[in-house]
Amino acid sequence: MLRQIEGSRAVAETVALCRPEVVCAYPISPQTHIIEAVGAMVKAGELAPCEFINVESEFAAMSVAIGASATGARAYTATASQGLLFMMEAVHNAAGLGLPIVMTLANRAIGAPINIWNDHSDAMAVRDSGWIQLFAESNQEAADLHVQAFRLAEELSVPVMVCMDGFILTHAVEGVDILDQSFVDSFLPPYEPRQVLDTNDPVSIGAMVGPEAFEEVKYLAHLRQLDALERIPAIAKEFADATGRDSGGLVRPYRTEDADIIIVALGSVLGTIKDAVDIRREAGESVGVVGITSFRPFPAEAVREVLCEARQVVVVEKAFSIGFGGVLSTDVAMAMQGVETRLRTVVAGLGGRSITRRSLEELIGTAGRGELEALTFLDLDHGAVERERTRMSETRRSGPSAENLLRDRGAAVTAPVKEQA
Amino acid sequence: MTTQPVHFYQIGSFAVGNRLLSDGERTVQSNLDRANSIDSGHRACQGCGEALGARYALDAAMRATNGQIVAVNATGCLEVFSTPYPETSWRIPWLHSLFGNAPAVATGVAAALRVKGKKDVRVVAQAGDGGTVDIGFGCLSGMFERNDDVLFICYDNEGYMNTGVQRSAATPPAARTATTEAVGPEPGNTFGQGKDLPRIAMAHDIPYVATATVADLHDLERKVERAMEIHGARYLHVLVPCPLGWGSASNETIHVARLAKESGLFPVFEAEGGVVTSVSKIRRQVPVEDYLSIQRRYAHLFGKHPRPDVVARIQAMADQNIARYGLVDEQADSKEMAQ
Repeated sequence: MLRQIEGSRAVAETVALCRPEVVCAYPISPQTHIIEAVGAMVKAGELAPCEFINVESEFAAMSVAIGASATGARAYTATASQGLLFMMEAVHNAAGLGLPIVMTLANRAIGAPINIWNDHSDAMAVRDSGWIQLFAESNQEAADLHVQAFRLAEELSVPVMVCMDGFILTHAVEGVDILDQSFVDSFLPPYEPRQVLDTNDPVSIGAMVGPEAFEEVKYLAHLRQLDALERIPAIAKEFADATGRDSGGLVRPYRTEDADIIIVALGSVLGTIKDAVDIRREAGESVGVVGITSFRPFPAEAVREVLCEARQVVVVEKAFSIGFGGVLSTDVAMAMQGVETRLRTVVAGLGGRSITRRSLEELIGTAGRGELEALTFLDLDHGAVERERTRMSETRRSGPSAENLLRDRGAAVTAPVKEQA
Repeated sequence: MTTQPVHFYQIGSFAVGNRLLSDGERTVQSNLDRANSIDSGHRACQGCGEALGARYALDAAMRATNGQIVAVNATGCLEVFSTPYPETSWRIPWLHSLFGNAPAVATGVAAALRVKGKKDVRVVAQAGDGGTVDIGFGCLSGMFERNDDVLFICYDNEGYMNTGVQRSAATPPAARTATTEAVGPEPGNTFGQGKDLPRIAMAHDIPYVATATVADLHDLERKVERAMEIHGARYLHVLVPCPLGWGSASNETIHVARLAKESGLFPVFEAEGGVVTSVSKIRRQVPVEDYLSIQRRYAHLFGKHPRPDVVARIQAMADQNIARYGLVDEQADSKEMAQ
């Protein structure tokens, strides 16, 4: 049923349709509305049988999910940003144990400086953990991906993270078609674990593995991710056949036919990029965009196939590897090995800075003229950076710069920076 | 009941040997039908107090629940020596996740069992003192506070023995560890630090808290059985000497544990609902020197440059425990002697 609904609510209601049996939650913005809504459904008895556990930290949240999943219960949690980092040890552990936990990641920047708004630094920090990471472009896709995520996780015995942009999606109210319980029940059979803690058939889970087998264990995890490259599009197709909705899959090209320039991005910014592409196409520029839905496993083959004809590939990413450059770009570059193309990285939208259609249009223009540098920071205030570098060079003392930059920003309307320093 | 003769050699103690007890009162280990929850063949050191404590505790829990136990283990000696891949010493369903999350993993197991309607299956989580008082403390406090249906057992050997004997918040003052060396004017671990986890557990008002040592295995078994009669968060703190870390002879583990109790340094008691309900009285009080001097971790207090001042401070700690828990009861002691 199509409803005007907040993204978090849509996800919570869809997660409930998946009949999770243990949900553990620790609040962190912008994930809170999701777990609040699930918690209310459990408390009201609308979602049963289900244990909703308020834990004392994200580390405990993932640990409770590990215990529940290993005991044969379908387990779900949600987090963001610092919370993901705080549970990081358990995030890796869940994947290593092959537990099909599903987690929503309401993507948010990582501090310091503390920042509650959206970027993809959190997801990138766990890209090597062994979790499947799916990025939602819209609230409809975010909701739908959760049903596919449980299916995928339990088929492959791999945990799945559904990444949705914090605030931009989690707090946006828009039309979302919430699935029927009967459909979800038919699409998602009950969780039947391969190995479970059972007093009738005791097993030891989590043994120490030394050099004699560790590499093989990790390689098997890699193979399961490669299997996911087959299963993700198959499950998305099955979903599309039943619902008529194109949710999930590996990559999603838009107007890439004969495009000279193809932009690559993850998540909700794809909507704005598509608008910019439409406008530049009307102006006669040959530009398209590819959304990557499955970041892990990385669909290198599909990416190469869709990008190989482009003269220029521009990766717009909401995260970067400090001291080097793009993260997604590195993966795209690996996928494009042997293909003649010009690869450009644009870091944009860090800490929730708006990525405007106007800036993207200018970016496409610059790229079209062949003037885009290898690494560009979109809408960076170069003046503020230079002024702070000057201030920093005047003293040998170390320390944070965030406050200086805020003062610098405010300087235009209040006192000059020099006087305050 | 199927039984086999088990000989207990009691030296310098009033503990009653198993052979003198009726069948029903005998330790679960004397029963051929015992669970062998942690079986032979593991890689624990000779004289390991933790292996002994875990075997008695889990087999008692198995007897108390008719074999319906799931165990969660923190990283540490017990985990490492019991499960070198692809071998395992565990004959019960057993899960190891991380060092600091055993209480939360146990919460998850308990939640899953509840949602699956497996009411008769109970959860025991276990960790060393590092996994309990230090890195696992946040998760443990959370599990206590929620009163999750988990028995958490801390096998306290007073340091990080698995990583090579470093100090934990359960390491006693003056003890030498690899990170509190016996050098400088204040050799060994610092006075005035450390956590008293049983009292912290009691402050959570959980239904059951108890301490025990491997010197009185009947008492340990009884406390596990009592704990399994109760639902909600329960905490059992077992002192388990570590020959390697303490520098004690491997055939002295029981003796060392007994002296810890008999000196008053390790109070043995149980509490329900935050109130102490019973204490194991000191039967034959010994000065702390008797306990300290047989462990190399305290050798710097007795060598060429003895430190009677430091020993006196440790004696004061024992005296404080004796006063706090009423560990010495002259009348009861003499009455018992008369019997």
